[in-house]
Amino acid sequence: MNDFQPDPSWEALPLAAETRSLTHSVGIGRILDQGFGFLAVGAGISVLALAALLGWELYQGAEEAIRRYGMGFLVSSHWDPVAGRFGALPFLYGTFVSSAIALLLAFPLSVATALSLTEFAPVRLRRPVLALVDLMAAVPSVVWGLWAMFEMVPWLRQTAFPFLQRFFGWLPFFQGSIYGVSLLAGALVIAMMITPIVTSLAIEILQSVPLTLREAAWALGATRWEVMRVAVLPYVRSSLVGAGVLGLGRALGETMAVTMVIGNRPEIFLSLFAPGYTLASVLVNEFAEATSEEHLSALFEIGLTLVAVTFVVNSLARLLIRSVPFFFAPRPLRTESMETSG
Amino acid sequence: MSESASDPKRTVSSSAEGADPQRRSSAFQIEDLHVWFGNRAALHGISLNIPVHQVTGIIGPSGCGKSTFLRALNRMHEFIPGARVQGRIRLFGEDIYEASGDPILLRRRVGMVFQKSNPFPTMSIQENVLIGLRLAGTRNRDLLEERLEEALRMAALWSEVKDRLHAPGIELSGGQQQRLCIARALAVRPEVLLMDEPCSALDPIATAQIESLIRDLGQRYSIVLATHNLQEAGRTADCTAFFLEGRLIEFGSTKKLFTNPSQKQTEDYLTGRFT
Repeated sequence: MNDFQPDPSWEALPLAAETRSLTHSVGIGRILDQGFGFLAVGAGISVLALAALLGWELYQGAEEAIRRYGMGFLVSSHWDPVAGRFGALPFLYGTFVSSAIALLLAFPLSVATALSLTEFAPVRLRRPVLALVDLMAAVPSVVWGLWAMFEMVPWLRQTAFPFLQRFFGWLPFFQGSIYGVSLLAGALVIAMMITPIVTSLAIEILQSVPLTLREAAWALGATRWEVMRVAVLPYVRSSLVGAGVLGLGRALGETMAVTMVIGNRPEIFLSLFAPGYTLASVLVNEFAEATSEEHLSALFEIGLTLVAVTFVVNSLARLLIRSVPFFFAPRPLRTESMETSG
Repeated sequence: MSESASDPKRTVSSSAEGADPQRRSSAFQIEDLHVWFGNRAALHGISLNIPVHQVTGIIGPSGCGKSTFLRALNRMHEFIPGARVQGRIRLFGEDIYEASGDPILLRRRVGMVFQKSNPFPTMSIQENVLIGLRLAGTRNRDLLEERLEEALRMAALWSEVKDRLHAPGIELSGGQQQRLCIARALAVRPEVLLMDEPCSALDPIATAQIESLIRDLGQRYSIVLATHNLQEAGRTADCTAFFLEGRLIEFGSTKKLFTNPSQKQTEDYLTGRFT
């Protein structure tokens, strides 16, 4: 059957002229390859350069404020442009609290939605729901803000906040008079805006779990719930936290919708029913009207602070992921007895 | 335990000699099994009895339905959208597709080892072995300890890992990982073990270890081994079934099937004359 015999003259076969010209010329491919390499490196550098330029511009603008107020800028809670006093603490507080509440509400909801869709719902539901979720993520900020202002805030003022105050009024977070526009309203609208994004990411992440792992759990007689707990969640734990971090990044910088419902009052109240202010909101509200040099400079420093806060929060979250490696893993079996007997 | 029980001189032919596998007591009795994926039929009416306490090899070219057949035996097709199973499969007399049957309980009785080793990456060696028992709700620490050692010994892995039971399972070599998966399947003491090309991703030494393990386990377990490696079936299986394009072509003792096949297609496949 195997009657193939190599041609003895094979080695001696001369290269045909056209073949030689092909193998010995550089060819258009090589030139394109090099060209693409330069292009890619250039693109990479330009991103870094843009980031550096942004930081430099912000710093330049903020230099006067930094020199004049020093650390007082970040720890003072008095913001009065007319009197020339600039303390950014209320904005920092508002940004952190609204983002934290938003993430606390949005993250479990997003992960639960994603889990129900990938682990429990029929497969044919997955695609339409995913499309809908992505569509929600694409709704412009100002539209969320409009809806929140005309639908959510009145409802909060008339129904939800009085209810919370009646049953949880003993907590300092739910005391004081109710205006509707409030830190909590801001947090809620942020939560609604980041939920689709985190959900969409979480679905992608959950779909990345190798089938072989799910099969391993199924073959051992795991229920759907157990497959999720044993095979799925431990595998995607850090990616899910990463999705949460991305959501938090968006929450910290969220501007328009928050500005419309948070109340815009640069003061710190413990109550979540009280109006608040965020770094992003004060920028968008005051930039156009900032006439004095120091006011403008202070706003630049607000921008710089916002960038720094986002950066620090992202770095911290990444550290957190690494320090709790087996967050979702089942509790380890204690084995003191085993070690002594073995 | 099993390491001492292994008898290297035991040959495949001696244990299956003279035995008509259809007449012996059966672990699985399969009648007219059809499987469809959407409109495509993957198995066309398979009838076959899997003998107790023997290794049953399933051979055939890629796409002949070996895996599909195996997965019908522990109802793994239920996770595939569009998959349909028809026919009757009885495990020691009980119809496993009966409405009252619980697939979760079935899968505890019918363990499975996959083509690619798949230990849970976030779990230690010990947790991997015991996860089946923990899923079954076993809390008794003495029992867990006992089964841990038993399963690892049966999988011929105990001596290699006994000092590092808390190391992650994925730190082991490929062959060790596959034996870990075998230990994981054995820890719940299943009645049948399904193995879907367990050696296809392993090097020759690891393959030889797993094959000798399969022969040992075959004395106490009913094993169904799907493989595209004819030598592997010849070395490990007591009886062998040849599948082609979703049909059972021939089933008999391995010796008979390999030396004197009754079907022309079997002979063609075994001798490599196959298009």
